[in-house]
Amino acid sequence: MANADVIVIQGSNMAEAHPVGFQWVMEAKRRGAKVFHVDPRFTRTSAVADAYLPIRAGTDIALLGAVVNHILSNGLDFREYVLAYTNAATIVSDDFVDAEDADGLFSGFDPATASYVQDSWQYAGHERDSGSGHTGEERETAAGLRHESHGAPVSQQVRRDETLQHPRCVYQILKRHFARYTPEMVERVCGVPGEKFLELARAWTENSGRERTGCLIYSVGWTQHTVGVQYIRTGAIIQLLLGNMGRPGGGVMALRGHASIQGSTDIPTLFNLLPGYLPMPHHARHPDFDAWVDSIRHPSQKGFWGGARAYAASLLKAYWGDAATPDNDFCYGHLPRLTGDHGTYQQVLNMIDGKVKGYFLLGQNPAVGSAHGRAQRLGMANLDWLVVRDLFMIESATFWQRGPEVATGEIVPEQCATEVFFLPAASHVEKEGTFTQTQRLLQWREKAVDPPGDARSELWFFYHLGRRIREKLAGSTLPRDRALLDLTWDYPTHGRHAEPDAEAVLREINGYDTLSGRPLSAFTEARDDGTTAIGCWIYTGVYADGVNQAARRRPGHEQDWVAAEWGWAWPANRRMLYNRASADPQGRPWSERKRYVWWDAEAGRWTGRDVPDFEVTKPPSYRPPEGATGPAALAGDDPFIMQSDGKGWLYAPSGVLDGPLPTHYEPAESPVRNPLYGQQANPTRKMYAHPVNSTNPSPPQQHDEVFPYVFTVSRLTEHHTAGGMSRTVAPLAELQPEMFVEVSPELAALAGLTHLGWAHLITARAAIEARVLVTDRLVPLSVDGRVIHQLWLPYHFGFEGLVTGDSANDLFGITLDPNVLIQESKIGTCDVRPGRRPTGAALRDLVQDYRTRAGIVPGALPPAVTPGVPVVRPGSTEDGEGNR
Amino acid sequence: MADPGDRAAASAPLPVSAAGTADPATAAGWVDAPPRMGFFTDTSVCIGCKACEVACKEWNGVPTAGLDLLGMSYDNTGALTANSWRHVAFVEQPRPGGHGPAPFAGNPTGDPASAASAARSAGTTNPTGTEPGVLPGGPSAAARMTEFLGMPAAGPPGRTGSAEGRSDFRWLMMSDVCKHCTRAGCLDVCPTGALFRTEFGTVVVQEDICNGCGYCVSACPYGVIDRRVDDGRVWKCTLCYDRIGAGLTPACAQACPTESIQYGPLDELRERAAARVATLRERGEPQARLYGHDPDDGVGGDGAFFLLLDEPEVYGLPPDPQVTTRDLPAMWRRAGLAALAMTAAAVGAFLGGRR
Repeated sequence: MANADVIVIQGSNMAEAHPVGFQWVMEAKRRGAKVFHVDPRFTRTSAVADAYLPIRAGTDIALLGAVVNHILSNGLDFREYVLAYTNAATIVSDDFVDAEDADGLFSGFDPATASYVQDSWQYAGHERDSGSGHTGEERETAAGLRHESHGAPVSQQVRRDETLQHPRCVYQILKRHFARYTPEMVERVCGVPGEKFLELARAWTENSGRERTGCLIYSVGWTQHTVGVQYIRTGAIIQLLLGNMGRPGGGVMALRGHASIQGSTDIPTLFNLLPGYLPMPHHARHPDFDAWVDSIRHPSQKGFWGGARAYAASLLKAYWGDAATPDNDFCYGHLPRLTGDHGTYQQVLNMIDGKVKGYFLLGQNPAVGSAHGRAQRLGMANLDWLVVRDLFMIESATFWQRGPEVATGEIVPEQCATEVFFLPAASHVEKEGTFTQTQRLLQWREKAVDPPGDARSELWFFYHLGRRIREKLAGSTLPRDRALLDLTWDYPTHGRHAEPDAEAVLREINGYDTLSGRPLSAFTEARDDGTTAIGCWIYTGVYADGVNQAARRRPGHEQDWVAAEWGWAWPANRRMLYNRASADPQGRPWSERKRYVWWDAEAGRWTGRDVPDFEVTKPPSYRPPEGATGPAALAGDDPFIMQSDGKGWLYAPSGVLDGPLPTHYEPAESPVRNPLYGQQANPTRKMYAHPVNSTNPSPPQQHDEVFPYVFTVSRLTEHHTAGGMSRTVAPLAELQPEMFVEVSPELAALAGLTHLGWAHLITARAAIEARVLVTDRLVPLSVDGRVIHQLWLPYHFGFEGLVTGDSANDLFGITLDPNVLIQESKIGTCDVRPGRRPTGAALRDLVQDYRTRAGIVPGALPPAVTPGVPVVRPGSTEDGEGNR
Repeated sequence: MADPGDRAAASAPLPVSAAGTADPATAAGWVDAPPRMGFFTDTSVCIGCKACEVACKEWNGVPTAGLDLLGMSYDNTGALTANSWRHVAFVEQPRPGGHGPAPFAGNPTGDPASAASAARSAGTTNPTGTEPGVLPGGPSAAARMTEFLGMPAAGPPGRTGSAEGRSDFRWLMMSDVCKHCTRAGCLDVCPTGALFRTEFGTVVVQEDICNGCGYCVSACPYGVIDRRVDDGRVWKCTLCYDRIGAGLTPACAQACPTESIQYGPLDELRERAAARVATLRERGEPQARLYGHDPDDGVGGDGAFFLLLDEPEVYGLPPDPQVTTRDLPAMWRRAGLAALAMTAAAVGAFLGGRR
């Protein structure tokens, strides 16, 4: 990041939410980089940026699409890079109909399931290779998540037009798709002044190319939308067109919001993934080990996922040790199976419906931190048992006694059947282990002090819980108990509390030779014959040579700027992914200034400042023989080695469920009619028809005026997420001691709000109150001839701790992105009134009054497809009339 | 290591501030004092994270300053007090940041609210010194805060709203701290010797000696040193005397993620600061300036000095601080002369009477 010549921060308040990482933005600025911040409000990030663009929340694709258009219509792409390293030249099927030509829907839409059949999106000649076929089922299992580390499979044999002139080549399709995304459209949709937009577009393009690079930074301001994945896709398209991937000072930086959130996707706390992005098997689609493995590696596929069978076998071997053999499919039968959507929001609705009996909460405070707080609390109040492990007594442990629903009479403490077990947890300084941060860097932490009282580490808790369950099951002959009894559960322990040895766990994650016990050095050593056991294949090497590589602490001033001897980065201690792209197709650095990894012809190997992200002895001139698969099928100039065609994807023929190209849709709740398409919102967004879940109406539905304002929520530097670690600590609590809402002076005048007075905000879900901060940092925006007012709230507050307040997340309903099932919790519509909210039963009456006025029927869903939009059905050409 | 005992003789009867500006530790009687250490706070890279405030409190065991929402932008600390030894000021300015086209131009904005909301919030402050979250010094302090935050007609430079409404915006942040003056008024007036000059040239209160007389509070030209209401003694930044003595960096500088707070030998810091100002001016920050760096100013230069992006008043700093004991030597001389004259007159009277 420090090497960037321009840095664009969008969908992230990096200075406030990631202040430590932000030092590198400041370092880049010190070296002369220009920093842009695009955000609905002027934040501490904007304060130190060179330029700030106020944007209407939820319209980022319109702005980014206009950058794509600026690049393509002015011929500003890095042509040599784009031709060689992306799929720009690939010809797409004749069956493909773009959303531009169908009022916002792509071809292949199936109205019955509100999802796409992707056959028509495929490359020409491969219409039946979409792999996924129908995406409705993929949506249920958040299948997009598994593409975090690799693209979906496509065939190697594609038709290309190296002149980029073919009307159906990706380059031309992209150009047509974004042609209407002009600076004028940005002004109309986003409220960003055209001149300000052009300042950004010019700086971005002028600081990219052979000699210069630009970096794009986002965080959950992008992801937590019903089109969040497509926001990131648009950013990736820009960075590929400008040649900013795999090069120093380039990249698309996804900032992680807490310590080791990256680690908890690598070794996931997600329902649909196993360690190393191996998908959780599906009960029907993956009946046996081979079916499961082949769905990951696609036997004829290019790239490193070709080794998936070895990664999967080694994982099962790590789980079930001696019991796992090639003959019994490595105990594949022991793995749990997906049967559908088991995401956190579906679970909460299931709890309300009485389908879930017990719940473990670790490092999570959904009563405050998750969307639709009331649904979360009502769900947790309808369990048999709930285990909460936390540092402090958080809202999710006391909702049954002190939550807002107790005041409204919806939860009666004496009758709430949920038995809550609160177990004090050790903090990060009271236990050892690793954190994996944004850069995929694992850093080992030593224990500084013993945890107080009964507080214990997570490792201790799960190890001993597992040990006790296994003791209870010992001698059982029931097949269902085999999975537990066969587990390798033999970590050495130490100390008077029998704390398991965290390094032993890291060693197992790294993997070892099952015969000799030798720790493995690289995932290329993984075998599918039971001779290797690996807890997480992408982490192999972190314990190479029996040394905890994550604990390395050689100071920066004792090594070069890549600092390869500080901690350990996956994969293979590589600090930058796809760094083969930092050299040209012939293997020479694009420029001296941006030299990073290059081909040393004399030595016959790739070399440079980082571990090359390429087979080190494969020359740039290498061309795969006919019929090659796996890594051998990658040519010497295919830098994106985890992609099934070795190319960066400007156009995604499969893998993304809501379109091969990003398209501006309005958020699920918006006061604005989509200015670009008849289709209002993402037609494939995941919605839940449940009486507890209501959505405010958006145009063209009636009564959208009941909720005229846009609100967005995020973090303050002073607090941490749901506040459990900051509202409970005086030196932090006093820095932001009360729940507040930020409004512009114009909205304050309009709604009768006064500085430091009270206001309450109302949605179809809840009404909450907050103190008012009137500030010039928020501005009304002129959007499509209207004035749009945006409000901002911190989401840190709840009813426990030294400082308390209503929870902003109570305002949100549950509508999710179709690819990864993340909730849209960065934008909603609301009304705001001066004064405090009512209390007791009157509070629910107020919300009900709004629902009635807005015509909301509990459990009814807004239409997925906006009435009047023509549907291009799977397997047919366009039917119906366009109405644009 | 110099012997603290050497110091006592030099500090009386003349105020230390009169002893010159060359090296306050030597002037205070330290033999072979180490280089003078200080802070350079570069506000141009401050991101207002308040890590300095928290680190200071954690290391020094400073109690909470209270849980009040002050409404002064993101500042809920209010001021430097006995319970807040670092204080990050947030100044919202409806004025151009000096870069590119104005971001709000073309949007339906009206008059700015920053000044008015600051005034409103300052007025709500409970005027009782170091009570939780409150500015020191009674109701007048609240009024003073109103002034510096830009009440109409009383606003310092850069705080007035522009006639064309608000089309641009700037948000300044500054981590303030005790200045560790070369001529320290607090030190001069301390009757107990609780305040002393360290071998690093910093000024520190010894909590076991302070008797809470409060003379130093009115002697500080910056309004930094302050009495803690519940124990009566004065407290302020020690520049982490315990840490720097052990070769460590003060807690605030250690915690600062952007190197806005830099710690080191004062001479080096001054050089670094001069270069930084030059760079910023080259890059189109004509307002960039240093504050407290000049050994010839009214306090003989500060051990903790700043790079500011606007007039000092905008940040609540006095534009031309003077050591409050500046005139003490002359006063003592005059008092001495007067005493001599009176003695002479009295002696004369007696002598005359004998005749």
